[in-house]
Amino acid sequence: MCNGMTPSLSIFVFLLLAAGSAALILLVSHGVGRRPLTPGKDVPYECGMPPADRPSTQFPIRFYKMALLFVVFDVEIVFLYLWAVVVRDLGVFGLVEMFVFIAVLMAALVYVWRKGDLQWE
Amino acid sequence: MTTTDILWGVLRIVLIFSAVMGLVAYMTLMERRFLGFFQLRLGPNRVGPGGLLQPIADGIKLLFKEDMTVSHANRFWFRLAPAIALVSVLACFAVVPASPSIVVADIPVAVLYLLALSSLGVYGILLAGWSSNNKYSLLGGLRAAAQLISYEIPLALSIVGVLILAGSMSLVGIVKAQEGLWFVVKQPLGFLLFLVCVSAETNRTPFDLLECENELVAGYQTEYSSMKFGLFYMAEYAHILLASCLVSLFFLGGWNGPLLPAPLWLLGKVFFVFALFIWVRATFPRVRYDQLMGFSWKVLLPLAFVNLMVTAALTVALS
Repeated sequence: MCNGMTPSLSIFVFLLLAAGSAALILLVSHGVGRRPLTPGKDVPYECGMPPADRPSTQFPIRFYKMALLFVVFDVEIVFLYLWAVVVRDLGVFGLVEMFVFIAVLMAALVYVWRKGDLQWE
Repeated sequence: MTTTDILWGVLRIVLIFSAVMGLVAYMTLMERRFLGFFQLRLGPNRVGPGGLLQPIADGIKLLFKEDMTVSHANRFWFRLAPAIALVSVLACFAVVPASPSIVVADIPVAVLYLLALSSLGVYGILLAGWSSNNKYSLLGGLRAAAQLISYEIPLALSIVGVLILAGSMSLVGIVKAQEGLWFVVKQPLGFLLFLVCVSAETNRTPFDLLECENELVAGYQTEYSSMKFGLFYMAEYAHILLASCLVSLFFLGGWNGPLLPAPLWLLGKVFFVFALFIWVRATFPRVRYDQLMGFSWKVLLPLAFVNLMVTAALTVALS
């Protein structure tokens, strides 16, 4: 298409450039960075106090719920994108069809809201 | 295609990539200078004429800093996380056009591509927080991930209105659809929603809870030093550059404008939007975390649905 290359090849080359420069920067920094470290510098930062224990591997269930909600809505949005591009051609039928779809989504949102899962105490 | 074609193609891509990197570097300087002016001080102006060599000096300084890895960190992910954060943002620029011809790849599903890659960026932050063996990092990473995914939903919904009006998911197509009238006029609510969500996605004040220094030290990047921190820093500014580009392309008519060449118009608009972000940063205090999460799901999301349904109904009624 453009550049005399296919779009996917162009994106791939661009990705390689981005990944390559990130790797190069990290390698150079690793090579020329100051060393050796003075002792104590690799202790996790807690305002100068030696850490009492490791960070907890458990965290509030709220984060999981947020992630679930995200997955649900994000998938719906992909459907909406495809519909949005052709909504003119679909006319009233497509409009009503999608409004029903959105109504179901909104019902889910209202349900989660009423259940108090959007409340972040 | 011939070998010459491929070489020219690669050269173009390298040029566009360098332009993006250069812009990212100088946006850090612009932000620091502007914030300085907002606070009635000069900002960095000592390195080179007017401080113009400051980003290069910063880069060299970071390169020579001690490259620390915290004890008991998961070394593999600890090193990979900054690279994921940077590469996932930079990859987005592959579909961002500066004019109809200056673009790496004008693909018909560019908006989906952007949505997919911006979700990938969360991994960099989450892995950085998780692999750091630091309580603040872990909390910061979790908070960041929850914030980013919460604002991703209204962000993605707010541009459905633009897609309906443009009838295309290609960024070039969307800008071409704005040749007569910018979408900010037809989509004022969508524009505002997009602006708010984008500043939350790029962790700008008032939504910079990822690294609220008085609660979490520096959030997920607490344990990062040297160029690993530098990559996060670059990723942050690349993200802001991307956000400014997208606001200009979706709502401000992209490169459309009289007299001046197309890329200059886009650049001007990008700088205008970026200046707006800096202005917001200099003006507003940080919101509370529960306010932040509630605002996305209870205010922005319903508004985005209203905007989408009104736009769709009007479009069908008028066509």
